[in-house]
Amino acid sequence: MNLQPAHETFIAECKDLLADMEEALLHLEQQPDDEEAITAVFRAAHTIKGSAGVFGFNNIVEFTHIMESLLEEIRAGDVDIDADIIALLLLCGDHVLVLLDETTHDSQIMSADTHTANTALQERLKLYLSDAITATFEVAVPDEAAMEIDTPGGTVSSDAWHISLRFGRDVLRNGMDPLSFIRYMGTLGTIVHIVTLFDAMPDAGKMNPESCYLGLEIDFKTSMDKLGIEGVFDFVRDDCAIRILPPHSKVLDYIKLIEELPEDKAMLGELLINSGSLTEKELEEGIKLQTELDQAEGGKELNQHKHKLGEILVGQGVVQPELVDAALKKQQIIKEHRIVESNLMRVRADKLDELITQVGELIIAASGARLLSQNSGDSELIEASLYIEELVEQVRESALRLRMVPIGDTFNRFNRVVRDVARDLDKQVELVISGSETELDKSMVDKISDPLMHLVRNALDHGIESVETRRKQGKNEIARVNLNAYHDSGSVVIEVADDGAGLNRNKILAKAIDRGLISADQKLTDSEIYRLIMEAGFSTADSVTNVSGRGVGMDVVKRNVETLRGTISIDSTEGTGTVFTLRLPLTLAIIDGFLVKVGISSYVVPLDMVVECFELSREERSNIKDHTYVNLRDEVLPLLRLRDVFDVDAEESRRENIVVIKYAGQQAGLVVDALLGEFQTVIKPLGKLFERLSGISGSTILGHGEVALILDVPTLVQQMIKREDGRARRLKLNHPAKTR
Amino acid sequence: MGIKTESQAGICKVVIENDMTIYDVAEQKDQLISALKKLKKNELMEIDLSSVNEIDTAGLQVLLLLKKTAEQDHKIVLLVAHSPASLDVIDHYNLAAYFGDPVIISSAGKKK
Repeated sequence: MNLQPAHETFIAECKDLLADMEEALLHLEQQPDDEEAITAVFRAAHTIKGSAGVFGFNNIVEFTHIMESLLEEIRAGDVDIDADIIALLLLCGDHVLVLLDETTHDSQIMSADTHTANTALQERLKLYLSDAITATFEVAVPDEAAMEIDTPGGTVSSDAWHISLRFGRDVLRNGMDPLSFIRYMGTLGTIVHIVTLFDAMPDAGKMNPESCYLGLEIDFKTSMDKLGIEGVFDFVRDDCAIRILPPHSKVLDYIKLIEELPEDKAMLGELLINSGSLTEKELEEGIKLQTELDQAEGGKELNQHKHKLGEILVGQGVVQPELVDAALKKQQIIKEHRIVESNLMRVRADKLDELITQVGELIIAASGARLLSQNSGDSELIEASLYIEELVEQVRESALRLRMVPIGDTFNRFNRVVRDVARDLDKQVELVISGSETELDKSMVDKISDPLMHLVRNALDHGIESVETRRKQGKNEIARVNLNAYHDSGSVVIEVADDGAGLNRNKILAKAIDRGLISADQKLTDSEIYRLIMEAGFSTADSVTNVSGRGVGMDVVKRNVETLRGTISIDSTEGTGTVFTLRLPLTLAIIDGFLVKVGISSYVVPLDMVVECFELSREERSNIKDHTYVNLRDEVLPLLRLRDVFDVDAEESRRENIVVIKYAGQQAGLVVDALLGEFQTVIKPLGKLFERLSGISGSTILGHGEVALILDVPTLVQQMIKREDGRARRLKLNHPAKTR
Repeated sequence: MGIKTESQAGICKVVIENDMTIYDVAEQKDQLISALKKLKKNELMEIDLSSVNEIDTAGLQVLLLLKKTAEQDHKIVLLVAHSPASLDVIDHYNLAAYFGDPVIISSAGKKK
């Protein structure tokens, strides 16, 4: 039976309890009279002791027992709590933590230092304890030897487990038959004796034949441990009262058992004797002892400790594994609940979407209100509406962040993939993950996982060479695949890089010509050639493996990324590796926009992509009529006149401005009439009719109800690059304007 | 249905003809108890288990109930001609002694 998971639970549990204890103790320092805090500390110590007992961590049991005794006295008011005691208890808490760390399931050996600390702390604790309690401690240590010597009444001679079962009424209805447990137990050990009890069965009139009224007292010899025996009854634990007494249990435990059971006491005692669990003498002594203890209770206060001794003994003997285990489980459930409650809340995605839609409406309404207030000229009203707008902006941020999740979880899944695929291919590959805290929209995360999978598998299969080849080329035999993510001007960039063979430009070219994807005389740049591998039906792998090479995949990757309004680019150096760069929009429903005006229409540029703005001088304006560049601080800035792009049919305005935008490392200037400033933009879809409209990614509603179009910067930049390339090729000349 | 009763000279002979599992017991309990109630004091009910091919805890409980009710009412319930299945269950629960009170000779057929 593997105890490891339970053991881990135990340690985690104890650490939590110790933290609670510390908190309570610190609270006590402020308010020494707080009984609740004292109880909390006591409960923590008690629970740790109980749980440690289950696992047989005697060190911890021994130590926490003394703590518990002291706390008991504090609770009873026999010892006043003061700063010294609190300090001592805090030290004790730390010590238990040390004990926990040192205690593994296999070894309970304390290091020398810990041992010294252990003894010292125990001595200090004992100083506060009255003698009687100190004495009971000796007995209470669950040390076999001590138990036999000191336990009044001793242990029973029977070497069989005693299992006491009272089945719940519904056991049969639930499809379980007690009979099968008896049969099963028969295969696990020897049933020495079994007594069936049916005292619970009512008279014929009231008896429901489908209910179970049985109880069993079983003496069972087995080599299994407590947990193993409990395991037998796992299925009925909820339905049943189960008590398991280990072999050689203390007589008092039996007495207690008898008392707990619903049947007639005398009959049970007899029954236990009959079944061989107890000898008559043991029972007599036990009962005698019990009576003495009861008398002590009624007797003088001085005897109080003696009674406690009985309680402690019984209480401790009742470290019946299934009870403690059940308690432990219950605590665990409570703990899990608590954690879930404090850290996580499951919310349906559509509720979030609804919230974001509403926040969007709120933004539009707020900007409408601001506009009205500005028109009214009432400064107080303007101030109020500005404050509202600021708040709305914060609400928007929070609302959007609700949907953002770190990409790390997706990345981590690839560890396994890389390991498995590498093993299949007989390659040695190390996956390096960075930027896993980069956040992006949840829906995006789900959709990007498949394309990433393709890319990673491709990198492993095609990119990375066999171990032998790598060795020959003097590369590290262990190849590296890098997964990286970061934010860059309004996009999320995900890179899949390998240090493999890189793409073979000529091979791709030859293949593409062969497949008729391009004509032989076409002149292509490297990046254009690399992009060919993402065309449908293209595969350069000479051999088709079960990992990749069937010519599907890369085109699917491209299409998937494009559906997400993203782009993919490839960079490769032959012999040193390939980098696939995926660039995805952050999302989303609402963005920070920059509002510009051309003619009478307003346009929104996503603010993340705006680098700077400047005004075109009259002189520059006349210059750019001829060409489409300006010199911006000695760099060529290609320009795009929105007026031309959208065929705006309005009178030329008196002045023009340039908005410098940046996307995927490319800078470009948008020539617009007027700059209207920042604007919280709620993206409204354009509807089916305009879905394919190039250069526009959506629309939004301005404060005064007018519609503004949101510019699709990536497409615009690409259009421009294409245009410039074509032009450059056609004209074979270009002279940047010597402005600025 | 499933249970044949035949009374003669103060002895009620009952043959249980089908299984005694949780699916059967509701009916069987009512029939058997009402048959038992019809007996007068010190009269005897003999239950033939030879055709009980399957019996589970629910079935056993019905037998226990009969035995118990009979004791309360000063009547006698005997189990006879145990099928192997019924013997097995009684053995597992170690109830042979309870059912086989001194009057019943048929319990000699049981092996412990």
